[in-house]
Amino acid sequence: MFGKLRRLRQDVSRIALEESDRLPSSERRRFLRNGLFTAGGAMVGGVFAGLSTRVGAAETQYPPEVPAWTRSLGAGVVTDPYGMPSPFEKEVIRRNVPWLTAEKTSSVSFSPLQHLRGIITPNGLFFERHHAGRPEVDPQQHRLMIHGLVERPIILSMEDLQRFPSVSQINFIECPANGGMDWRGPQLNSLQFLHGMVSCAEWTGVRLSTLMQEVGIKPEGKWVLAEGADGAAMTRSIPLEKVMDDVIVAYAQNGEALRPEQGYPVRLVVPGWEGNTHVKWLRRLEVGDKPWMQREETSKYTDLLADGTARGFTWVMDAKSVITSPCPEMPLRGKGIYQIEGLAWSGRGKVKAVDVSTDGGRNWQQAGLQEPVMSKSLTRFALEWNWDGSSALIQSRVIDETGYVQPTLGQLKEVRGTNSIYHKNAIQTWKINPDGSVDNVQLG
Amino acid sequence: MFSLAKPSKFLASACYSVLLGGMPLLATAESSGHYGYGETASEAQIAGWDIDIRPDGKGLPEGSGTVDEGMKVYETYCSSCHGTFGEGMGRYPKLAGGDGSLADDRPEKTVGSYWPYASTLWDYIHRTMPFFAPQSLTDDQVYALTAYVLNLNYIVEGEFVANKDTLPKVKMPNHDGFTWDDPRPDTRNERCMKNCKDDVTVSDSAAGKNLTPSTTGPLDEGLTE
Repeated sequence: MFGKLRRLRQDVSRIALEESDRLPSSERRRFLRNGLFTAGGAMVGGVFAGLSTRVGAAETQYPPEVPAWTRSLGAGVVTDPYGMPSPFEKEVIRRNVPWLTAEKTSSVSFSPLQHLRGIITPNGLFFERHHAGRPEVDPQQHRLMIHGLVERPIILSMEDLQRFPSVSQINFIECPANGGMDWRGPQLNSLQFLHGMVSCAEWTGVRLSTLMQEVGIKPEGKWVLAEGADGAAMTRSIPLEKVMDDVIVAYAQNGEALRPEQGYPVRLVVPGWEGNTHVKWLRRLEVGDKPWMQREETSKYTDLLADGTARGFTWVMDAKSVITSPCPEMPLRGKGIYQIEGLAWSGRGKVKAVDVSTDGGRNWQQAGLQEPVMSKSLTRFALEWNWDGSSALIQSRVIDETGYVQPTLGQLKEVRGTNSIYHKNAIQTWKINPDGSVDNVQLG
Repeated sequence: MFSLAKPSKFLASACYSVLLGGMPLLATAESSGHYGYGETASEAQIAGWDIDIRPDGKGLPEGSGTVDEGMKVYETYCSSCHGTFGEGMGRYPKLAGGDGSLADDRPEKTVGSYWPYASTLWDYIHRTMPFFAPQSLTDDQVYALTAYVLNLNYIVEGEFVANKDTLPKVKMPNHDGFTWDDPRPDTRNERCMKNCKDDVTVSDSAAGKNLTPSTTGPLDEGLTE
C-alpha cells in the first residue's frame, strides 16, 4: 500500500517536471519554485506559528505592540469571491424564537437591529417570514403571469421583465406582528426579538403601474390579486389605487438580485404597507372587480378587537420608533455621555420628528434626525445624554409628516384591547438599571 | 441660440407635419404605454395557474365531495397535525370550536368561530394543503375536506355535499364580524414636551421571565418556554 502511494507521488513529480519542460525557462523556474513553496508549506506555517506564539505571549495587539496583521501578508483578492463579514462578526445574525411556531418552514427570523448602523439592512440580515418555507426558484423557468380584467393577458420571463423601465426606491418592510408578543405585557427581553421584523433596502424593479398600462386594465378592474410561487402560493388582494401609486415589481435588493429569502427572482414591494402584502416569489397578478378574501386577509392579518369584532384590510403600517442603543443587547458601561440612537419610520410618509424621554415620558427632548429622511423608509435619530448612573426609563416617540404622534401602549389598548396581535406600534420603554443593564418594561 | 421655452414656429410646424404624415418618430414606448414584451397568455396557461376562489364562488371548479368522504381524506392527510376532531396539536392550528369566544380574554379563532367566508376554506386547502405536499389533492378531495371541516364546526349537516353551487351559499357564523374600512389612525397622542404626567410606575418587566432565546453565540435551538 505504501509502495503504491510512493509510486503515485513519483508519478505526480514526473508529470510536474514534464509540464514544466514545455514552459519557457523563466516560467519553468517560477513553476518549480511555486511547487517547492507548496511542498514546504508545513515548514513555512511552522515559522509563522512560532511568531504567533511570541505575539500571543504579549497578549495584546495595541500600542506599543505592533499587531500581527501589520507584520504579515493578508489574504489575496478573491480569497472570498463573494465577500463575507469578518469572522469577528459571526454573532451578528438573524435569530428565531423556537417556541413561537410549529415549524421553521412557517416562521419568522428577526433582524439584529442592535448591530445595524444605518438605514439599509444588509441583505443577509433582512428579516425572514415564510409561510411554506423558502423555495429555490430557477429564474430561467420562472414566469410572471398578468391576467384577469385586462386587454392583453401576458406571461413574462425574468428577461422580459427587466427590459421595462426600472426604478429604485428605499423602503422599509415590516411584519404587522412585529412587537405583537407584548400586547399583554413584556415577554421578550431583547430588541432583536421584539422589534426585528422590520428591515429596509433599496429595491429596484418595474413600477406595477407600468405593467398595468402594458396589459390595459378594463374599466371594471378595481383590485389586483398578487400570488407567490411558494408552497403557500401566498396571496393578497390590493386595491388598484395603491397598485397605480407606488407599488413596484422588484428584482433587485441593495443593488444585487433579490435574496432567495426575499423572493428571488421577483417580489412585490408595496411601500408602507404590512409585510405580507409584499408577495415574494411573485408568479401571478390578476385584475378583478372585487377582493378575493383570501386566508391571509380574513383568518390572518385581521385585527381582533376587545368586543369580538375584527378589522380587515388594515394595510398601512402606522408610524413607529425604537431606541436601538442602549437596549437589552447593548447595555451601558458606567456613567457618562452616551448617544441615545434609534430608528423611526412611517407607512404614511416621512418622519417629521422624534422625541426622546429619559424619565418614562414625563419630559421629552427633540432628537436630531440623520439624513437622508425618506418617505416610507427607516430614519435614524440620536440624542446626546449624560447618564448619572441611576435608574432611568428611556423612550422614543415619532411624529410623521401627517402629524400623527406614536401612541402609548395604554392608548392602543384602550381602543383595541389586547387580542389584535398585529399593528402594535406603541412607544417602547427600556429600563436602564444602575449596573447599566437594560430591560424591556411596560409602564402602569 | 433658440429658446426652450418658446420653440420656433419652424420647429413646431416641422413636428406637426411629421405627425400628420403618419410617422410617429417622436413617440416612445413609454408614451404609448405598450412595449410588447413577453408572450400572450393562452387560456390553457391561465387555467393552469388561476386557482383563486372568491366568496361569490367565482373560480370554483366542477366536482363535489361529501362530509363522509371528507372524513376519510382528513384522517389520511390532516389529522396528524390538526387533531382527529380539528382540535389542533401543539402549535398546529385548531380548525374547529371556539364558538362565541372572540370577545373572551383568550379567544379561539377557528374556521367556525372566525372565518367570514366558506370559499376561503376551499381556496386555502387547495393551494396549500397538506402542508408538506401542497396542491396535491384532487378537486373532489378538496370539496370533501371543505364539507368535513364545515361539518366539524356544525355549520353544515352531515348530508351536505360541497360543490360550486352549494359552497357560495354557506353563510359563516362570523360573516358579519368584520369591518373592512380601516378606521386608523385611531389614537390621538399629544406631542407634550414638559411635565406630561405626574408619576411613572413600571407595571411589568420581561426580565427574569426566561422566554428570550439567547441573543449571543450560535443560534439558540432549544425550547426556552
